Amino acid sequence: MLADLGYGSLIITLFISIYGASAAYFGSRRGKPAWVDSARNAMLLTFPLLTITTLSLLYLLVNAHYEFPFVSQVISNTMPATLRITALWAGQAGSLILWSWLMSAFACAVMLRKWDRDREFLPWVIVVTLVTLAFFLIISIFVENPFLRYWQSPAGSVVTAMFQPGGMQLFAPLNGNGMDPLLRHPGMILHPPMLYLGYVSFVIPYAFAIASLVTGRSDDRWIRITRRWALVAWLFLSLGLVLGMWWSYGVLGWGGYWNWDPVETASFMPWLTGTAFLHSVMIQEKRGILKQWNMLLIILTYCAVILGTFLTRSGIASSVHAFLQSALGPLFFIFIGLTFIFSLWLLIKRWNDLKSTTEMTSLFSREALFLLNNLLFVGFFVVCFWGVMFPIITDAVGSIWQKLPALSNLFTIQKIDIRSDYYTLPAALLSAGLILLMGLAPLSAWKSSTFKTLARAAIKPFAASLLLVPILLLGGMRSWVAILGFWICGFATLVTLNEFWRAARARHRAQGESLPVALWRLAGKNRRRYGGYIVHIGVVLMAIGIIGTKVYTTETQQTISQGGEITLGQYTVQFESLSAFNTSDGRNIARAVIRVSKNGAYVGELYPRRDYYYESQQAVTIPGVRSTLADDLYIVLADWQPLSTTSATFKVYHNPLVNWLWIGGFFVFTLGMLWAAWPERESQAIPFRKPVQLTREMNGP
Amino acid sequence: MNQTTLPSLDYPANLWKCPNCGHENQTTDPACKNCGAAMDYQPTWIESTQAAPPAAPEEQEAVRVKLHLGRILAWVLLFFLLGFIAAVLLLKQQGPISIGHKPPSFDITTFDGQQISSANLTGKVVLVNFWASWCVTCEQEAVDLESAWQYYQPRGDVVFLGIAWTDTENKSLAYIQQHGITYPNGPDLGTRISQAYRITGVPETYIIDKQGKLASLKLSPYDSLDEIKSAIEPLLRP
Amino acid sequence: MKAKNFLVEAGLALIASLLFAGLVSAQQPQPTPSDDQVNAIARQLYCPVCENTPLDVCPTTACAQWRDLIRQKLMEGMTNQEIKDYFVEYYGARVLGAPPAAGFYWLAYVVPPIIILAGAYVLLRALRSWKKTTSPPENPPPQTLSPPPQETGKNEYIQRLEDEVRRG
Repeated sequence: MLADLGYGSLIITLFISIYGASAAYFGSRRGKPAWVDSARNAMLLTFPLLTITTLSLLYLLVNAHYEFPFVSQVISNTMPATLRITALWAGQAGSLILWSWLMSAFACAVMLRKWDRDREFLPWVIVVTLVTLAFFLIISIFVENPFLRYWQSPAGSVVTAMFQPGGMQLFAPLNGNGMDPLLRHPGMILHPPMLYLGYVSFVIPYAFAIASLVTGRSDDRWIRITRRWALVAWLFLSLGLVLGMWWSYGVLGWGGYWNWDPVETASFMPWLTGTAFLHSVMIQEKRGILKQWNMLLIILTYCAVILGTFLTRSGIASSVHAFLQSALGPLFFIFIGLTFIFSLWLLIKRWNDLKSTTEMTSLFSREALFLLNNLLFVGFFVVCFWGVMFPIITDAVGSIWQKLPALSNLFTIQKIDIRSDYYTLPAALLSAGLILLMGLAPLSAWKSSTFKTLARAAIKPFAASLLLVPILLLGGMRSWVAILGFWICGFATLVTLNEFWRAARARHRAQGESLPVALWRLAGKNRRRYGGYIVHIGVVLMAIGIIGTKVYTTETQQTISQGGEITLGQYTVQFESLSAFNTSDGRNIARAVIRVSKNGAYVGELYPRRDYYYESQQAVTIPGVRSTLADDLYIVLADWQPLSTTSATFKVYHNPLVNWLWIGGFFVFTLGMLWAAWPERESQAIPFRKPVQLTREMNGP
Repeated sequence: MNQTTLPSLDYPANLWKCPNCGHENQTTDPACKNCGAAMDYQPTWIESTQAAPPAAPEEQEAVRVKLHLGRILAWVLLFFLLGFIAAVLLLKQQGPISIGHKPPSFDITTFDGQQISSANLTGKVVLVNFWASWCVTCEQEAVDLESAWQYYQPRGDVVFLGIAWTDTENKSLAYIQQHGITYPNGPDLGTRISQAYRITGVPETYIIDKQGKLASLKLSPYDSLDEIKSAIEPLLRP
Repeated sequence: MKAKNFLVEAGLALIASLLFAGLVSAQQPQPTPSDDQVNAIARQLYCPVCENTPLDVCPTTACAQWRDLIRQKLMEGMTNQEIKDYFVEYYGARVLGAPPAAGFYWLAYVVPPIIILAGAYVLLRALRSWKKTTSPPENPPPQTLSPPPQETGKNEYIQRLEDEVRRG
């Protein structure tokens, strides 16, 4: 049976992973390259094996084999085949298999590169990736096994087990529960795989960092190798986060896109340290300093990845996202405990070897500004970390406190939840600082900027951006938060665009190329820099969207009868009709027709609806949204009063500038990152020269 | 000029910085005026660390102490982080209060204004039932609980206590009236009691014996009056 | 005489009834708060039983009851802050958007700024000490250098760019 093949494949992969990790470890210790090569082959083998497992699970899903609880929990008869495939990551067990499969895919891709120059890294990269893979496989096999089946005893009771218990027969329900309706949205289909891609690809730079530490090297070879991996990892993680935001906005019906839910915040943490890492490795490459710091950053990023995965899946964070709690918690905890302890121990052991002579001629040089950037990113990380961990701490401390009557009679400590209001101020301040730095850093030079030179370089864009303020004031903007925010964004944009402009114009003058050609060639010559600038523009666009929605969103909720109207700002919406009907895929849809007018002129119709899924007995409200670059008009059927064809309750949101979030987060990030990471010919093979003999002859007679 | 290290964009074109000692030279100088290294001299990073003069012993000692403190701090923080997570995991794995343990004490003011303190209830069998008016399954056991109360009340050594969890007062009172409940009920102000008992939902019932220890618990509605009676009967012997 | 008495009595009765009506209307509950008024408060509160869901979007029966409770309290004339305090008293501090800065929870607000400031301090110290270990080439007299690059302005920059471009 295909399921047995898949399960067997999973077990074999676990054995191969353990073998590979051991072979690589001992092969490196005992100096036996043949063993290391064997380990590499073992790693390569994990991918086809896990592909077999994944394909077998997909087969079970698409063909609705309800004797597997894994299938019947997420599939129902009315689901189309394409949707059934996405059910692979709808539940805990399937998403862990997806994680393992992606992990194996990336590790194999790394194996396929040329290792000639880095043979001493190879065994340790294999060890790290295979040990990680092995842990996930252990969890999949022993705790969250998707291949369990239902068995029914003659008496009628049903158990789940892997192998046939004595006297019981295989039991296949006629229908499954079907996938949670909230998950049936393109954003939710793409968001988990993209997020896992981001998480998994950060394992690679981490593995190389560990390899570099273990082999006692103090150069930046590991950074150069994993430079593109880190960029790609960042892109996947960013896209994963933005997809989650887009899904949340489009489906959950609360008109928002980020709630600082502990699981969301935990997935944001590796993004923060990962972005800090991307910036500070530039310092190491240019100046050879901050090696300890970069090591620490990549270890923090990886640890944040697995901590985030643990918090999501163990159920100890109170979140709307959390999977159902299972025995996975303790096992995963062992994994993160070992990883944290091992990483810290290794880092401390090699801390002194990573020292470098650091010369800093100026507090306003680009290095110093990059370090400030790192401080802000890591500061943001600390805020998020504390916000996620504090409820857990209060829970633990509160329970221990309770057991000590002497103390608990004084006052009690109860578990508290940290929610979005906690993060608003620090997020705003730190983001403003980071965007301001985005504008300042390109104006400073490596090593040699002083306060005067930086100020002189900054004065023109600063003054130009200040022109924005009276324009906004004239336009009627009164919120100083918004004005300040837009001004900072304007400043950063001006500086970034000017970087393109100056260089293109210089090239145009020097080479006589037309400006567009000059721009293209220039950006092509320095991909990382200009790709990075494009990404910065993307960040600014997202910031514009965030400022617009956070400061200027308005909403209203009213119950109106058919023909009635609701007015919100410039918009008037009229309730024309409501119809309810059943669909062929097991839903009852109540669909309202709303007529939208702006400033009295008709602009279109919207169809907010409520989908009720009979199988899972859950309802989802799908908003009707009219999107333009300037704003979104967003209408939801609220269920405060029962729906009837004659009257209904509507909630209308006006979200200004919200679409810039998606433009910046999806298109510009991708464009910028592809640009930055695009492979180019290995520039200047630098011949390694022997150190110059300092003799009298050199200095002349 | 054999350029292997290009002067960076951010450096003036008429100067170059010696890769060995950092001295600024004119582009017309083929070798560094300070140390004699060629313009295209390529130090490895290890060499450049050796170029630094060793620090004075006191400085080195200070650095060592700082490193030592830093190390200790890092391990302590990691220990606390893992400790807190482990503690919460353990708590979650444990589940509700175990049989035989003393449940947390509490004070409650009933809807009638009566003050009840759990400490004063030792020597009696106490049935604590968490419910809510919006909880559909709570209604299933409401009648049975009331019947059990009618059965045991005359004895005098059994106390039934209903705790309304995150409920609104008038809806709670309506629920009580609807099911004709006569045993004392009170709101769980601030959800203190339910958090102390670590309940995971409603209805949950905790039966405490005369010595103040938890004798039985039910994390779902009782199926029948007999089930309630069979839980209380063994506890009635003094 | 009788007519006058009658008129006085009628007048008094009229005044009394008007006063009474006035009293009654003063005790009249305020007009039913709109959904928007309820939402304005509900948005700042969180469902006491669901995981991390704001009260204005939570679809459960319990949440609907709590929104009615808000409406009722608004009708009774409670202010926004009073209603929030009422919810905290009845349902615990976890209904708020951020923990109250009291007792143990004070740590929630104090720890991150301390760490960030400590980090800033460490950074500043490190930058300063790195600046000290620099051995700036102060020996070569400044005259050998052409006017420091910083002073030269735009054209110098473009000159450098052109050089780089030519070489690159």
